[in-house]
Amino acid sequence: MTEIHVKLPGLLTTVQDLGREGFGPIGVSPSGAADPVSLRLGNRLLGNPDTSAALEMTLLGGTFLFPQGAVVALTGSDFGATLDGVPVELWTSVEVSPGQILRVRDTRSGARCYLCVQGGIAVQPFLGSASTHILSGLGGFEGRALRKGDVLNNGPTEGSFRKRKLAEQARERLAPRQILRVTPGPQALWFPESSRQLFYGSRYRVTEESNRMGLRLVGPHLQGPPIPTSFAGEMVTEGVSLGAIQVPHGGLPIILFVEQQTTGGYRKIANVISADLPSLGQLRPRDEIRFELVGWEACCASRRRCWPPRS
Amino acid sequence: MSDVRFQPASDQSLLVYFGQHITLEAHQHVMQLLRLLESEPIAGIRNLHPAYCSLLIKFDVLKLGHDDLEAILRPYLDRLEAVCLPEARNIEIPVCYGGEHGPDLNEVAEMHGMTPAQVIELHASAMYEVYFLGFVPGFAYLGELPAALVTPRLTTPRRRVPAGSVGIAGSQTAVYPFATPGGWRLLGRTPLQMFRPDCGDTSPKSLLSIGDRVRFQPISRERFAALDKA
Repeated sequence: MTEIHVKLPGLLTTVQDLGREGFGPIGVSPSGAADPVSLRLGNRLLGNPDTSAALEMTLLGGTFLFPQGAVVALTGSDFGATLDGVPVELWTSVEVSPGQILRVRDTRSGARCYLCVQGGIAVQPFLGSASTHILSGLGGFEGRALRKGDVLNNGPTEGSFRKRKLAEQARERLAPRQILRVTPGPQALWFPESSRQLFYGSRYRVTEESNRMGLRLVGPHLQGPPIPTSFAGEMVTEGVSLGAIQVPHGGLPIILFVEQQTTGGYRKIANVISADLPSLGQLRPRDEIRFELVGWEACCASRRRCWPPRS
Repeated sequence: MSDVRFQPASDQSLLVYFGQHITLEAHQHVMQLLRLLESEPIAGIRNLHPAYCSLLIKFDVLKLGHDDLEAILRPYLDRLEAVCLPEARNIEIPVCYGGEHGPDLNEVAEMHGMTPAQVIELHASAMYEVYFLGFVPGFAYLGELPAALVTPRLTTPRRRVPAGSVGIAGSQTAVYPFATPGGWRLLGRTPLQMFRPDCGDTSPKSLLSIGDRVRFQPISRERFAALDKA
């Protein structure tokens, strides 16, 4: 086991893995990496299992000291990282010598950059996962974002360093999408045709209030549909899926994300397809997006294509 | 089963609706299907989200499609009526009503032309059923409120509701397990920890489970303070 000392935490740096599935009945959403493809690829570059935990940095990265050295890989968006002042290449395994300092700066592309370490970040698992659930303060490192002075451990490794690099054409395929493919939401037909046309024909901007629970959008307001079912004047609360695009009374859509509530009472006009969920994790405030309606059969095929092959 | 409707919610999830309304019968069916899927799991199902009259099933898109899942679920649904549910647990939750713990108590009383004491008596007199847990970890949707207490939620939700707060909205009531934003009207607060993350990975994390019966027990401010410290 070796240590990682947090000299500067960055804006919002948390321990994440692929999340905890299966706890919907007690209201626990999976959480996990906002861009799970980048996390998986980082782990594979290091010879880690896909499920190893890493640090997820948001918009502004942290500064980390490795007193005993480590083997690391940075994946996701380019945050302009340096190791003792020397630029570090993304999507590549890198050997860090004892005492070296990795400085991850601010984003030059998308919202999130992953610092993966050989052996994974070691924390006490909560319901089988290392992922931090920030709202409820569960999982990860003390259930919270990292702070200056925190000391993390990485898990045991075989200690060998192998230079591994992701192929250029694979990187190109990972470029986040600005046109998100969606399928109709369970209440899509409750919306008048004019609202659906507006939704698919307009650009929406990601707002500053977006986080791991949901991405709040601004753009044309969608006219509230009539409610066929009523319970004290509201829709009957039901389970909500990852990437659901719900439209509250104000008419501005919200995309539910990894730390989502597990149930909700707002109408859903559409749902981002699973192949495009990692793109959501790379959206920054003020980014503009559009929605493209696709058929159900297209989803599975695109997911197979986007899923990283074993290298 | 006749009154079942399937609705794809996303490419990796399917909603199973038992009617469109909140009824004890629909709730019973949700619990029976949940129990059956937990005791005889289907390969490729990744998560289950029960609610009032529906169950959202999340699956692995590389293993299943909506049609496959529907076909696998039909025989499960045919057996539903025969699924025995465990006897409901009775759980008592101590609540300190009003004051700083229940900032909306007086307004709720005024809205219904009652005294705060009458609101407390009504709220604490009913036996509530845990319809499901959702929203955040350990948040149990309890119903139904006595008709005289049915109250719309706040027009502007609070940015932060303290953990343990007991609120009402529509004909539901609930305890907030964590400090979160929230739009329910707050009548009081319990010193109990509704969700215990640090009790080992095998023991139940949530004080309440689907199907439990709950009663609220009014306690004094002194009792709240004593229990809160414990």
